[in-house]
Order: sequence, then structure tokens, then C-alpha cells
Amino acid sequence: MSDAVEVKTLIIDGEEVSALRGQTILEVARENGIDIPTLCHLDGLSDVGACRMCLVEIKGSNKLLPACVATVFEGMEVTTKSERLQKHRRTILEMLFAERNHICSVCVSNGNCELQSLGQEQGLTHIRLPYRNPELPVDASHERYTVDHNRCILCTRCVRACAEIEGAHVWDVMGRGINSIVITDLHEEWGSSTCTKCGKCVQVCPTGALYDKSKIGVDHPKNPDFLPYLNLMREAQ
Amino acid sequence: MSQTITIDPVTRLEGHGKVTIQLNDQGEVTDAHFHVTQVRGFERFSEGRPFYEMPSLMARICGICPVSHLIASAKACEAIMSVRIPHTAAQLRRMLNLAQMVQSHALSFFYLSSPDLILGMEADPKVRNILGVAAAKPELGRAGIGLRRFGQHIIELLGNKRIHPGWVVPGGVTEPLAQAKRDEILAMIPEAYANLGLGIGWYKQVAENFKPEIDVFANFPSLYMGLINEDESIEFTDGALRLIDAQGNTIDEGITASKYNEVIGEAVEPYSYTKFAYYKPLGYPDGSYRVGPLARLNIVKSMGTPKAEKELAEFKQLANGPVESSFYYHHARLVEMLYGIEKIEQILSDPLILDKHVRATAGVNRLEGSGQAEAPRGTLNHHYRVDENGKMTWANLVIATGQNNNAMNKGVAQAAKHYIKDGKFSEGILNRVEAVVRTFDPCLSCSTHAYGQMPLILTLVSSQGEVVDQVVRG
Repeated sequence: MSDAVEVKTLIIDGEEVSALRGQTILEVARENGIDIPTLCHLDGLSDVGACRMCLVEIKGSNKLLPACVATVFEGMEVTTKSERLQKHRRTILEMLFAERNHICSVCVSNGNCELQSLGQEQGLTHIRLPYRNPELPVDASHERYTVDHNRCILCTRCVRACAEIEGAHVWDVMGRGINSIVITDLHEEWGSSTCTKCGKCVQVCPTGALYDKSKIGVDHPKNPDFLPYLNLMREAQ
Repeated sequence: MSQTITIDPVTRLEGHGKVTIQLNDQGEVTDAHFHVTQVRGFERFSEGRPFYEMPSLMARICGICPVSHLIASAKACEAIMSVRIPHTAAQLRRMLNLAQMVQSHALSFFYLSSPDLILGMEADPKVRNILGVAAAKPELGRAGIGLRRFGQHIIELLGNKRIHPGWVVPGGVTEPLAQAKRDEILAMIPEAYANLGLGIGWYKQVAENFKPEIDVFANFPSLYMGLINEDESIEFTDGALRLIDAQGNTIDEGITASKYNEVIGEAVEPYSYTKFAYYKPLGYPDGSYRVGPLARLNIVKSMGTPKAEKELAEFKQLANGPVESSFYYHHARLVEMLYGIEKIEQILSDPLILDKHVRATAGVNRLEGSGQAEAPRGTLNHHYRVDENGKMTWANLVIATGQNNNAMNKGVAQAAKHYIKDGKFSEGILNRVEAVVRTFDPCLSCSTHAYGQMPLILTLVSSQGEVVDQVVRG
């Protein structure tokens, strides 16, 4: 069958499903009610495959592929749940928890955090890696929001929401590897940056790294569901 | 030959502590100390955090009285924000604080101290615990558990969690009270009265059997401090502090949270991680005072609720002037629990209690703020400094146990000197020394929140009990 055919058929977790050319494995899986854990992916934003939580096995390949950016092909056989995948996902989560200072009990997002929820879903009971306990700054200079780099997992949702949806591109990433950090403008204080104060970055942040000062204390639910709707309305115009 | 007796750990306390008793060659007690042996570091690691995180962070100091820390901390934050919280929020917080007082007092009286009172100071240590109480006096055991549940369940209904509720925030509380929850609390009140009635009735019957203990359980004149309303009635959440002398005369009053830091100092002794608070104009140790249930009842002129008012009148009959024996902390605790239940009932009948406006918002308007409240075991003060973005630069907490520290040490020495003669002592005697500390219901985990190089004393004792060497750091 040639690649020009629009409809592809493939197997995900033993189930025969059909997809359109160019769709990602994640999209097709979710359309068919098959759950794949994600962290950096968010409906309404482009995908970057940064967190590797959505890794899946493809028959015939030794490599694990991130389902959010891997597109389907005809006859593909995908496995989304296996012991090997479970091991990798848990290790990734453990590394995320060990990398910075995630103290759920005193976090504004306690109970509303995607990292915490994933840890619970994946049965994470303890971290086998030594904690790095880095000394990271908190930028509270913005009149409405705070960024606490201790809780940032570098998913870059804020960067994408600011650039792709708000069109401001205030957020970006500075540094490399483990020393990466999200910055506003050219690493100026958030409060004196060109931020438009729209708050989309806060709503899409999966953890308590970005939060609203008016929701001080604990109990800070985020509502990122507006993104697909916003995109839809813009396309309709 | 001189000897050191060490009671380690002191049991049925909240936290880790030990007692050492020094004997001279004649076997007489020369000195005794109560040591708090753990260290925490909250004041240090709060630096750099946004101030509005402080209530939930500081609440983690303690699992028994997180609410006191939540409230004192939120009030310090509100001083930084310069806001006055809505009436309903203030009332809801007051109810939360009282619920915690009831559950903590129930824990102290029924779980930790009633084994000594019911089974006797000399009873077999294997059964001298809450299970022993439940076996010997099941109805009393049930009443204690019921009162603790009453307090904890109210905290859960208001704050969605029994321990460390996140409901108290700078500016008020996160959500208003639902009618169904109000009705559920009201429905629990009759049982709470019944349970408490059982406790008070029983305590009064047996208290006179403890005359020898009453005489030597930290029974000495001292100053007393606690929160009080303008009408001289008892207060746990708002009001200002009053300090009275051993005769009951007011030395200082109208001590607000910000004035507190001007008049109260903290001294350090080499044998404990807990500091020793004192009233600065009188210096240390003359300015040492007692806080907590006994101090509060000594200070106030009324309770402001009818049932507790009668009990207060009876309590005041115990002495001509302030009641001095710390044994009466138990009695005062029961009176306060009764007040707590009555006051909760009163607050729930406030027509505005279901109002939806429960939170004020503001940014950083001042760079320094203090807040104070009465924890079950005494006055608690949080003092913060922040930068212009609201990040903490400095914190100081003065905890009830630090304010009772001098009295606890003196009390331990008083009891030890009375009971230990010719170097002879039994388990029951040592239990009495521990029981002195228990009357204060100290919270040791709260008391060692400080940071820095802690003074430490290391005593080396030979197998014959001889002090061979001593190293002092600090």
C-alpha cells in the first residue's frame, strides 16, 4: 500500500484502529480510548517530545518512540503498556523528582499537580536516586504571578503557550542540559519583562512552578482546557 | 558518690525530650533539667520563600497543633499585607482554633495524663497508657476518644483535612462554610458536652487524692501571660496579651503581636535546644513566666460562655490569687474544653457564618509583620521580615513550650528534690518527675524550630554513675 493513502490501519495494544496520515500515535490512541501518560504534551500546543513519558514500543524496532511526536504508518504495531515501558516511565519520574526540589506537602499545587498525579498513577513510592537539592531562585517580582524554579520540570509548556497562543514569546529556555532554566525576555526579572500578564503560562504549567499570587497558600487548580477552544475559535475567524 | 539519673525518653509527650537529675555525695538532688534533644530548622529554610507560603509551611512544624501555626502565621502575613480579614473568615478561624484546642487538650488529658490519674503514678508502666485506661474505665476512655474526634472532625469539615489543613491562608480562608457542614458540627455538640461532663466530674472526684503531687508539681509563684479580650474574657485567636505577676496584678497589657517582640526576649541554656522566653523589663530569669491553660485562667476575669463561667468561678476558688500548682493545668484544660464547645456552638449561630466573603487580598505593603494566637499549650508568636517582592528574609517564632521552659525546669527540680531522698528512687518516683512535664503538655517538635549553632552538653557517666567528663559546645 502506498504512503499516499490517507487512511492508515495499525494495531495499538492488540486493537485494530484506523488513523489519518500524519496523525501521531498519541492522537490515535486517545481517539480510541487508549491512555498513554504524558507530561509536556498539552492539547492546543505543538509537541516537543521533551518529557519522554509517552514512550511506546513499536514492533520491529528496538528503539522506544515518543507517541506525541511519532506519526503512524500502515501496519504499525504499537504497545503502550509493558514492564519495560513502566520501568522507563517510573525512572523518568524519579529523575524529575530528584532533579529539583519538589516538596508536595507545602506546594501551592499539592493535589492539583500533574507530576504528583503521574507519580501516584505510576505507583511511585520512593526515589532511588540521590536528590540534587539545587539552590534555585524564586522570582516574585511580577505583580500577579510567581515563578519557582525549584518546581519547574522544563516541559516548556509555558514557552509554547506564550509564543504560540499569546504570540508574545516572553518565555524561553536558557542554558543546556541539567542547567537549563526557563527565563523571561533576555533573563530579566519577570516583573520588568515584556510580559502581557495574560496568565496562560500559569494555567498550562503542570506543577507549582508558575502560580497566581491571588491563589496564595495551597489549593491552586489550573485550567489549561481553554487552549483547544481558543485555537478552534481563531481558526473559525 | 555523685550520680546522674537520666530519664530518656520522657514518655507520653509530644516529641523527644529527656530529664537528667544530679545527685550529690549524700544522695540529695542538687539540680534537675528537662532537655529537648531534637533540632528542626524552620526559621532558616523559610528564608527565600514567598511569604504567602508561610502558613502551610510553618504548619508542618507540628501535627498536633498545626492550626495554631496556620493562624499565627497567616496573621503575620496579614500584617505584611496590611489587611483586615472579613468578619466571617475571622469567626471561622476562631472556630478552627477552638476545635484544635479541644482535640489537643483531649489528647493531653485523656491519652497522655489520665493513665497517671486513673491507674496511679505507681501503676505498672506496661498498662499505664490509654489502653490501660480503656480497660479500667471504658466510659472515660471513650469520652476522651470522642472529644478528640469532635475536634479533629470539625477541623476536617472546615479545612478538608484533619492534619495540616490548607484552608487558612493570608487574608482569610479559601472557602466559606457550607450549611450542611454547619449542621453536622451542631449535631455533634450534645455528645461533646456529655463526654466532657464525664471527664470533669471524674477529675474533680480524684483530684483531691493527688494532694502530695499538687504540692510539688511546679508549685511556685510566677508570672503568667495569655491573650485576653477587652472585656477581660478568655481569647485564643485575637485580642492582646496580658502579663500578670504572682499576686495577680497586671504588669503589662495590650501586648499586640508587633509589641510582643519588643517586650519578650529569648535566652539560651546549654542543656536544651529549646529557648527560654522572658519578659525583658524584668530580665532573665526573673522575667520568666508561664503560659497555657493555667496561665490563661489565672489572667481572665470571665469565660464569656455560661457553662464555662461556672467552672471558672470554681477554679478561681482553688487559690487566693493565681493558681500556682502546675497540676492544675489538667483542671484548666477541662474548663477550656468546655468553653471551646460552647464557643463553637455560639459561633455557628452567628447569622453571618455562612457568608461567602471570606478572603481579603493584597500584596506586600509592609516589610515586617507579626502574628500571635493561643496554641493549646500557650502563646505563639510568628515574626517575619520580607523583601519588596514578598520573599522571606528572616523569621522568628516564639513557641509556648519555650515560654514554659523555665517553669518546667524548675518544676522538674522541685519534684525531684521532694521525691528522691538518700539517692533512692523507684520507677513510680521517676514517673512523677515525668508527670510534672506532662502537666504543661509541651510540644517539643514545635519548640525546636530554631536554627544556628546549638549549644550542646555531653556528659560522660561511668558505670558507677560517676561523671567522668563533660564537653560543652555552643
